[in-house]
Amino acid sequence: MRIRLNPRTSQKIAKVVIWSAAILVLFVLFSIIIYILSKGIPNITWQFLTQIPSDMGRSGGILSPIVGTLSVTLVAVIVATPLGVGTAFYLTEYTRESTITKIIRFSAESLAGIPSIVYGLFGFIFFVIYLKLGWSILSGGLTLAVMILPTIIRTSEEAIRTVPPMYREVSFSLGGTKWQTMLKVLGPSALPGISTGIILGIGRCVAETAAVILTAGSALRMPISIFSPARTMAVHFYILAREGISLERAYGTAALLIILILLINIGANLLVNKFVAKGH
Amino acid sequence: MKKFGEKIPQSLFFIMALSALSALALITVFIFVEGIPLIAKVGLFNFIFGMKWAPSLGQYGIFPMIVGTVVVTLGAIILGVPIALCCSIFLAEFAPKKLSNLVRPAIQLLAGIPSVVFGFWGLIFIVPAIRNYLGGPGLSILAGSIILAIMILPTIISISEVSLISVSPLLKEGAFALGATHWQTIRSVLVPAAKSGILASIILGIGRAVGETMAVIMVLGNAVALPSSILDPARTLTTNIGIEMGYASGEHQQALFATGIVLLVIIMILNSIAQYAIRRK
Amino acid sequence: MENIKEQDKISIKNLNFYYGKTEVLKDLSLLVKANEILSIFGPANSGTTTLLRTMNRMTELVPGSRIGGEIFLDGHNIHSANVNISELRRKVGMVFEVPAPLPMSIFNNIAYGPRLSGIKNRATLEEIVEKSLQMSVLWDEVKDRLHTSGMSLSGGQQQRLCIARILALNPEVILLDRPCSGLDPVSTSKIEESLRQLKEKITIIIVPHNVQQAGRVADRVAFLLMGNLVEVGITAEVFENPKDKRTSDYITGRFG
Repeated sequence: MRIRLNPRTSQKIAKVVIWSAAILVLFVLFSIIIYILSKGIPNITWQFLTQIPSDMGRSGGILSPIVGTLSVTLVAVIVATPLGVGTAFYLTEYTRESTITKIIRFSAESLAGIPSIVYGLFGFIFFVIYLKLGWSILSGGLTLAVMILPTIIRTSEEAIRTVPPMYREVSFSLGGTKWQTMLKVLGPSALPGISTGIILGIGRCVAETAAVILTAGSALRMPISIFSPARTMAVHFYILAREGISLERAYGTAALLIILILLINIGANLLVNKFVAKGH
Repeated sequence: MKKFGEKIPQSLFFIMALSALSALALITVFIFVEGIPLIAKVGLFNFIFGMKWAPSLGQYGIFPMIVGTVVVTLGAIILGVPIALCCSIFLAEFAPKKLSNLVRPAIQLLAGIPSVVFGFWGLIFIVPAIRNYLGGPGLSILAGSIILAIMILPTIISISEVSLISVSPLLKEGAFALGATHWQTIRSVLVPAAKSGILASIILGIGRAVGETMAVIMVLGNAVALPSSILDPARTLTTNIGIEMGYASGEHQQALFATGIVLLVIIMILNSIAQYAIRRK
Repeated sequence: MENIKEQDKISIKNLNFYYGKTEVLKDLSLLVKANEILSIFGPANSGTTTLLRTMNRMTELVPGSRIGGEIFLDGHNIHSANVNISELRRKVGMVFEVPAPLPMSIFNNIAYGPRLSGIKNRATLEEIVEKSLQMSVLWDEVKDRLHTSGMSLSGGQQQRLCIARILALNPEVILLDRPCSGLDPVSTSKIEESLRQLKEKITIIIVPHNVQQAGRVADRVAFLLMGNLVEVGITAEVFENPKDKRTSDYITGRFG
């Protein structure tokens, strides 16, 4: 049975439905954030930030998970950034569209789609077992590096492609080599875009749980080197919440995570605006 | 010599560019090498269609988990796609610029929230709500679908919005010139024109839902049996791995890798469908 | 080496150029004398820009292009294996149609080329920057804001900046591709004036944006039509007594 609606009525209904959908989504977003922050921020005390967890996390703070998150993220960024930016430069500067570029792009896109738990399996069997790195910051960081590689490749390539082709011409006509042009003109111009990709990658590392728990382990001790096992904040939160160990500390950890993600997103957005403002 | 100086950067960049390919190859090889022996032992048919998952008894049938994955994902799509589409239309067509510049980062923020936080929130709010108003333990497929729907919103919204915006303004103007209302234009011209991008975003959303682990673990319950309604608890392929990997060893562990193989294959198929859909433009 | 007269700066012999399957330049032979201003003109798509770009091997940046024939600079084949392309491009500089300052300060724009070739000393660079800006008649206008962005200049100033950029490398030849298109008459005449001064030390080849400009600045002109070199000669002679009917048709505006 088809109800014939006056176009103006259907327009009004559509408008209401669409606005409601948007409001619903925003409502969900804000309720999650506000709930976590309101329950968690009271628990973020100085001791919370500076003490390591004790008694399986029932007391103490989250210093070692904080260090764990930072170190794992650092390893991932240090490994993935040169590889990702290098790949992007290769794709834009050294080749035309060909079989090789298609294969590289296909690989990057496929990597982006692989579930994080599968990354965890891979990281476990390859870094932890096969390369004998054990459950460690290194294993976790390297696994995360592979996870964020596609993001960095994608954003870097986009950033480099938006640099006006004229700059390349000018640099070559002044006697510059490809390498000099990349280093002195393209790189600096594309930097805001590339940095955005890196920051997005950092956000991913901070939030990731499944891959990290299988590769960096879940030890509560303060890690002493990149070969030490470590727990990240996300993993710590998961364990606290799931085992019901300490609700306050769970909320505190979650709140800290949310704050970090907020800062990361704000940073990325500021960079994007600077990127756009640079004029193209 | 100068020529020599140029060859080195080129080779260096080429090697870097191979990193993505090498990583993909390594992942595929290692997961398959670990998992295939078990599939060979149990038999592919028994593995995929076996109804019983009982590692301690040497039984490795993942069909309940496949059903779990399919149903939870389906639910997420049914709940999430309409809302996501409305939101993308909102951003592309209805929101004034200042508002869309606020809403868009908000959606990105939604995308950045750790999955464990989503799961936890679902555990605190969604699960009890289901238990109280709809029955069952609350830890259920429905809870999983709801959480996943929320989680895939940003993926679908951002890509669909881009597709809608890239539709040629001439098409819109043509429709208006014929007297169509805004909504009629959207429905009959804009959305069909952006069809392939929207479809691609949905398939990407499906991929995301299929691959999600942590959020789902927390709200889906832990039942290994075949679910009979959306209020039943269940396991998905991902949660199966996530829950048991912590203590699995030997054959059991291999079975989890075999589950990983199945996941990889599903994702590959989804990606190919997405590529095909995009190319049909 | 064939008969290359002492005063020929650039000698082009039987040059063919292809973009993919299209033959853009057809068996072209041309001599450019040292310290002259030669203007290569012709209707759109005749290959004037391409011809210019072969002279500093900028055409090699386009994939799928093929070149035949020979080009000599001071008697040396620019395509021979021991030629350093970067060096070549510093000797044979290029000014593009659209002014293209790099996204840097005025100072760094001009210092860019010298820095690439290895000059690091700050005092030397400052000297080079000042000298180049004076030669391109821009110094007075920018001397107090050398560290502001090059993009903040007007169109005419940007183009003179681009000329200064090349001058900083001490070129022997400058190639200019419609440098004044889109510029106002005052900027245009400033640039044309600086070219007349520069030709004492530098050989200049210019593709003008209209025939009148060729008449104003060039010592000799070359008329290119559909990739063929139709006629070459002293400006006044070619304009008043063209030997080829096609030349006179074009100059009098019958086509193009």
